[in-house]
Amino acid sequence: MTAPRDLRYTKSHEWVRIDGDIATFGLSDYAQAELGDITYLELPEIGSNVTQSEPFGVVESVKAASDIYAPLDGEVVEINSAAVDAPDVVNSSPYDNAWLVKVRVSDPAQLETLMDPDTYDTFAEESAH
Amino acid sequence: MSGHETAGSDVKTPLYDRHVALGARMIPFAGWMMPVQYTGIIDEHRTVRTAAGLFDLGHMGQVTVDGPDAEKYLQAITTNDVSLLEPGGAQYSMLPNPNGGVIDDIFVYRDNCGSGYFVCINAANHDKDVAWMQEQRSAHPELDVTVEDISDKTGMIAIQGPRAVEIVQRLTDVDLTDGGRNSWMKATVAGVPLMLARTGYTGEDGFEFFLPIDRVGELWDALMAEGEKDGIRAIGLGARDTLRLEARMPLYGNELADDISPLEAGLGWAVKLDKGEFVGRAPIAAQKEAGIPRKTVGFKLVERGGSPRSHYEVQVDGRNVGFVTSGAMSPTFDENIGLAIVDADVAGVGKPLDIIVRGKAVKAVQVKMPFYRRSK
Repeated sequence: MTAPRDLRYTKSHEWVRIDGDIATFGLSDYAQAELGDITYLELPEIGSNVTQSEPFGVVESVKAASDIYAPLDGEVVEINSAAVDAPDVVNSSPYDNAWLVKVRVSDPAQLETLMDPDTYDTFAEESAH
Repeated sequence: MSGHETAGSDVKTPLYDRHVALGARMIPFAGWMMPVQYTGIIDEHRTVRTAAGLFDLGHMGQVTVDGPDAEKYLQAITTNDVSLLEPGGAQYSMLPNPNGGVIDDIFVYRDNCGSGYFVCINAANHDKDVAWMQEQRSAHPELDVTVEDISDKTGMIAIQGPRAVEIVQRLTDVDLTDGGRNSWMKATVAGVPLMLARTGYTGEDGFEFFLPIDRVGELWDALMAEGEKDGIRAIGLGARDTLRLEARMPLYGNELADDISPLEAGLGWAVKLDKGEFVGRAPIAAQKEAGIPRKTVGFKLVERGGSPRSHYEVQVDGRNVGFVTSGAMSPTFDENIGLAIVDADVAGVGKPLDIIVRGKAVKAVQVKMPFYRRSK
């Protein structure tokens, strides 16, 4: 699956959708395929702060537990509790139904540090080898 | 190594290209490139529980032990009683170390005629097992026995699941209805001469085949084609691990280690202290006499908080009592299950444990093992 055109990406395989000052974070298709069957999600409390490149949550598959890293600084304003209740949605719909958190961005300049879809596709392709 | 191609430093089995064509995720494992999953661990796991799965076990090691004193030699280096092994049978056993820990867990197969035995060993322990077995042979110059590592020329495939016997029966003239668990025989399956063992690592009925390495691809293709209408699928190491965990089969490096005794691992049934002297007998017997200090227990989580994983700490009332040896979200039960080695005084079905997941105590209760037992 090529990366959706309207998103930005991290080297740790999270995606970001920007809508005004609100950013939505999720895990890329590459990440979900790499993790395999996802069985558990741990997300931060609403109102907590997340910091770029720092873990803000945990995703577990049958195989392993992995941290999820914040693509940007900000304050959590919403979490996807449906995904927490049925984490396999990350496998089936990584870019849509499996958004993880919405964050009020505190430093929009950080967006410049993220990858565009073409760069990310190349990066994911290389990561696969 | 003869018969094998390498990928970087990791060895490929003869089935490597087939795995890639099936879309497998290949990972380095014990020096081999092996499929960890094809369609997904949960899907593959359920396929083995409900239909049949095919496993490439080309990474496993095989050693033949032959000669008039083969039995005496094996008695001296293993925990189980080889004299109880009938011709054409298989026996789970362990190679103990002199301190009463475990070098590896193994299967010993006894040939139908002659004095030969065939030993299957774990890939991760292959080099140290073979070195140890040769060292022990040299330490017993009075024994007339030859020990040969035949891993390079031996291929290994397993077929497991409720449809496995039917599928194989359609490909062989040997009557499989009277071959019980742990039987070992010569057979021809799909035109391929092989050794057929009614053993496995999944909790299901099925077979493990040992065959010349250059015939592995042919047998794999025949089993896949014949099993298609039964829903057979290739199964990776990921599901192999969850299957064996549900069946409470130990994995070396998890439940077994050089500093865990077979009794602590709950494998006393495969230790025969009355069979005579063997490596590690004295410390194991002393431990039994004094009381086994730690026990391997099964548990399930009773609240959310993630899955238990190997080496997670286990507590009772805030006190460290041991660690998780294996754990996973069970695909059969949809519950988080695990095995842990804990102080004997906290062990007991129904008793609570706290599993420390990322610094937080998650409540668990000890349950009967195995977690899964097939119905027939």
